[in-house]
Amino acid sequence: MTDQTTATVAAPPRDTTTALTRVREIVTSSPIVLLATVLLAIVVLSAIFATWVVPHDPVRLTPSERLKPPSDTYWLGTDAFGRDLFSRIVTGGRISLVVGVGAAIAAVFAGLVLGLLAGYIRWLDAVLMRMVDGLMAIPNVLLAIAIVSLWGASLWTVLVAITIPEVPRVVRLVRSVVLSAREEPYVEAAIAAGSSTWLIMRRHLVPNTVAPLIIQGTYICASAILTEAILSFLGAGINPETPSWGNIMAEGRIYFQINPGIVLWPGLIVSVAILSINLLGDAVRDALDPRMAQRGIDR
Amino acid sequence: MSDSLLEISNLRIALNGDSDKQVVKGLNLKIQPGQTMCLVGESGSGKSLSALATMGLLPKVLSPLEGSSIRLKGEELLGASPGRMRNLRATAMSMIFQEPMTALNPVARVGQQIEEVLEFHSDLGQSERRRKTLEMMDAVHLPDIEKLYRSFPHQLSGGQRQRIMIAMALIMRPQLLIADEPTTALDVTTQAQILTLIRELREQQGSAVLFITHDMGVVSEIADDVTVLKLGEVMETQNVDNLLRHPQTDYTRDLLRSVPSQVPRPPRSDRSEKIVLKTDDLCKTYGGTGLIFKSREVKAAQDVSLKLMQGRTLGIVGESGSGKSTVARCIMRLIDPTSGSITVGGQDIATLSQKELKPQRKNIQIVFQDPMRSLNPRIEVGQSIIEGPLNFGVSQEAAMARARELLELVGLPASAVDRFPHQFSGGQRQRIAIARALAMDPDVLVADEAVSALDVSVQAQVLDLLAELQERLGLGILFITHDLGVAAQICDEVMVMQFGRVVEYGPAAQVLGQPQQDYTKALIAAAPGRHWDFANFRPFAESAPAAGG
Amino acid sequence: MIGYIFQRILAAVPVMGFVALFVFLLLRLTPGDPAAIIAGDTATPAQLEAIRDSLGLNDPMLVQFFTWIGRLLQGDFGTSILSGKPVIELIEARMEPTISLALTTITLSVVIAVPLGVIAAWKHGTLIDRFVMLLSVLGFSIPVFVIGYLMISLFSMELKWFPVQGFRPIGDGVGDFLERIALPTFTLTLLYIALIARITRTSMLEILGDDYIRTARAKGLPESRVLMRHALRNCSVPIITVIGIGFALIISGVVVTESVFNLPGLGRLTVDAVLARDYPVIQAVILLASLIYVVINLLIDIAYVLLDPRIRYS
Repeated sequence: MTDQTTATVAAPPRDTTTALTRVREIVTSSPIVLLATVLLAIVVLSAIFATWVVPHDPVRLTPSERLKPPSDTYWLGTDAFGRDLFSRIVTGGRISLVVGVGAAIAAVFAGLVLGLLAGYIRWLDAVLMRMVDGLMAIPNVLLAIAIVSLWGASLWTVLVAITIPEVPRVVRLVRSVVLSAREEPYVEAAIAAGSSTWLIMRRHLVPNTVAPLIIQGTYICASAILTEAILSFLGAGINPETPSWGNIMAEGRIYFQINPGIVLWPGLIVSVAILSINLLGDAVRDALDPRMAQRGIDR
Repeated sequence: MSDSLLEISNLRIALNGDSDKQVVKGLNLKIQPGQTMCLVGESGSGKSLSALATMGLLPKVLSPLEGSSIRLKGEELLGASPGRMRNLRATAMSMIFQEPMTALNPVARVGQQIEEVLEFHSDLGQSERRRKTLEMMDAVHLPDIEKLYRSFPHQLSGGQRQRIMIAMALIMRPQLLIADEPTTALDVTTQAQILTLIRELREQQGSAVLFITHDMGVVSEIADDVTVLKLGEVMETQNVDNLLRHPQTDYTRDLLRSVPSQVPRPPRSDRSEKIVLKTDDLCKTYGGTGLIFKSREVKAAQDVSLKLMQGRTLGIVGESGSGKSTVARCIMRLIDPTSGSITVGGQDIATLSQKELKPQRKNIQIVFQDPMRSLNPRIEVGQSIIEGPLNFGVSQEAAMARARELLELVGLPASAVDRFPHQFSGGQRQRIAIARALAMDPDVLVADEAVSALDVSVQAQVLDLLAELQERLGLGILFITHDLGVAAQICDEVMVMQFGRVVEYGPAAQVLGQPQQDYTKALIAAAPGRHWDFANFRPFAESAPAAGG
Repeated sequence: MIGYIFQRILAAVPVMGFVALFVFLLLRLTPGDPAAIIAGDTATPAQLEAIRDSLGLNDPMLVQFFTWIGRLLQGDFGTSILSGKPVIELIEARMEPTISLALTTITLSVVIAVPLGVIAAWKHGTLIDRFVMLLSVLGFSIPVFVIGYLMISLFSMELKWFPVQGFRPIGDGVGDFLERIALPTFTLTLLYIALIARITRTSMLEILGDDYIRTARAKGLPESRVLMRHALRNCSVPIITVIGIGFALIISGVVVTESVFNLPGLGRLTVDAVLARDYPVIQAVILLASLIYVVINLLIDIAYVLLDPRIRYS
């Protein structure tokens, strides 16, 4: 989701609604969003409780049962090593979710710090923005596979490799919010009142970035899950012994003509998960960003 | 009445078609051919919406209710087909808007934007269209029309852009021109020219004008008849002279009384010789730097020297680009002056670092123009007010107690400390901003167009408040304004600026009463409604010699 | 105007410099011996020393960096570990499929996405609008390779309309070329359509609320004219900006798509290099992709001059 480059200062908090009712409002704003929330909840919960949910051991090799079609025992069939596909997909969600949430938090945090610095310190801004432009020029999949291929594949390197390309957009977002908020008379009034830069940032600037960052965070989460799947699929992801959605598909590639389900089922689940997160992100944006509220002229 | 050109009857406009959310509540209006009808009202009166409804350009969420009627030459417009409305626009009725910069397409040449009207509403060939466009551009007195034809909107001045809009509106000679605050965004000298142009073209083309404004001065210059609107309801409709002399409703009377008079206030006896603010040869130059290409230098302020005494008000008056706000922002050190000195609290603060500056900050405070943006929407009003005192080591309790006092001082309940800015109106927020400034106990208050965004009745109240506070606290006020009337009402001394330079500087009675410089004279001559003593419901010519004039 | 263009070109230089620095540091700052990483597990000490020598690893960092930059500027991208050939030759041999795929995708996407975005904004809030929005969220959500495999199973395996894999250069005949490039293009285009349709819709919505649109309607112009002449014309800057920024996405997508459809392009080269840890190749591909990205965005910056007179005359 890249049309987030222009930021707005979000609406002031409506003091009559608590955060919880706000979340409920967003989730129930349309049937599609509600459906997305339910699907996402199922995926997340089943991944968390995978150990108890799955019918088979996701890593036990059973060579005699390789490439079985779906049956009562193996709901979605088995892979080339005789492992139960359903169990592997459910368990594989763990990696994706850890990577998604981890990258979102890390990228938002790093972007917030760098964006604030860029928005407030003139000389640093020039340098940082050239760096950000430079990083954005490198296609994120290329950057990630370069990092993983150099540092070796582990959960940590994959997480770092996925986070780094996401940071520039957050930096730009925070910077643009800070730059526009800095021009606000209430910030100038704070300067005139002798407030320190630190106080002005904390009190008047950072709160403006919260709503855009929540929105951006959900998009990064979706994008990170996608990148993780791509990395694994290209063979540059986490160790293939650990099931992840990308790994399962990567291993299924050569058997695609025999059992397309090995690629398509995890593909479906990963798509549904990302789609749900994106839809939720859109719903949050619609709720927090008044600029997108309906307008237009009658014809 | 079948001879009316435009007849609006019982026009009710509601949000989402909900009759409980009416923004225009039963407007009745008739305009005869060739007549100029002014629709006057403060913000929220529904004056612009009525005009948009006539053109069929209301925003989607607003719609006229059942029973409303707008007839142009007898033809009902509400419910007319989109195609019919398109045919009527530009040919039978057209409209010009407040902000000519945003009303013109930024990426199309202005000549073509005018010509486009002919493309769709006439059978003329290309060369004919071009000839007619140039003719119309000439008729609105644009210079160098061949060149302007090919120009883009951003290359024109504000006045030229509005002339383009007028040319575009009148090229098909419609019988009705709707002008929605067409001079509000313009400088006063440009405003006078545009008003003259509208009058001139109305006479030439014989068209009627529905002129929407909030400015009684403009009304007195251009109207035949006036309809006063308040919160969507008609207060009264009268001939302009009758309205100004014998307003029928309290609302109109109050409105007229709030109009600042152009006559300078009587000089006050000097109470203090203590200088609280002084600048010497203050200069601010923008640009002129750049690694490879030197950007063009702009001298926003040049050699500005001023003195402000305790308890006195110094006004800086000028049109846009005069540098008056630059001076204010330099004095506040929101921007750094290029050269010159600024003396506050006996110390030159022009070159102090932000850290060295901090102790001096409490001596000088500012109130900004836009009440919607001058308070942080996320924090309680009380927290905004005490931010400054807390920075200077005042305890939370003491500062909050003071904030409550100050809110009462500016005419708000002390309980307002716990509320958020959006719970207050524009005028109330401006009062809060004043309270915030006063919380620092400053010697000097800088008011940068502090009443310009307010409705005239609110503006009068805030000006009264400032005068009262000055009386009580002995504040020196540096008052930046584009409005000569406002300056005349509250300033002891006036500085007139143009293009970054000081044109004239002296006691208000002298500068505004017997101006020496041509520019000052022109500025005063252009002020709309200067012949009317609105507050006393009569022209100045009929009144006793103006007090102190 | 000349000043503006010159300024943009100058601004692009440090960006490219940072890309180079980043790529350089990525290898040098990797924990362990860069030579060992490059040489792989089976290298002999002599091989390691040779690599150390060729990379100049024994020199100070700064010297290494500028020597390396100097070589790059002469077109020397090093030697592939896997094949022993100069990297630049490998890249040249793999350019055509990648460029073909990128161009067909961009063209198809713009042709489809811009009208979709315009219609969605015009019919804001209707079913059509929601459909376009849903399509764009889908485009962002389904991994490219999943779309690829869906396409293969549907169009190649079930319907047998297109060959499963492979590439034919356009020189061998347009028909053959299109037949092979069609599925990869359809696969990759959805993401790009999503991107462009979304920005078109957003900017159109914004612009349709602008004052000059009201003026255009007040002039009695037909709706088609208002939309195309006044609204879309003003959207062109954000739209082409996104096309430029989206180019990085296209490259990422191409890598994956080539892998799915077995196209012998740069993407395959990269993936093979990753599997063999052939770092000189990876490094060269990154530099090249970034260079193309920077140049495209530079051209777009310059194109602003044609699209927005406010830039031209300032």
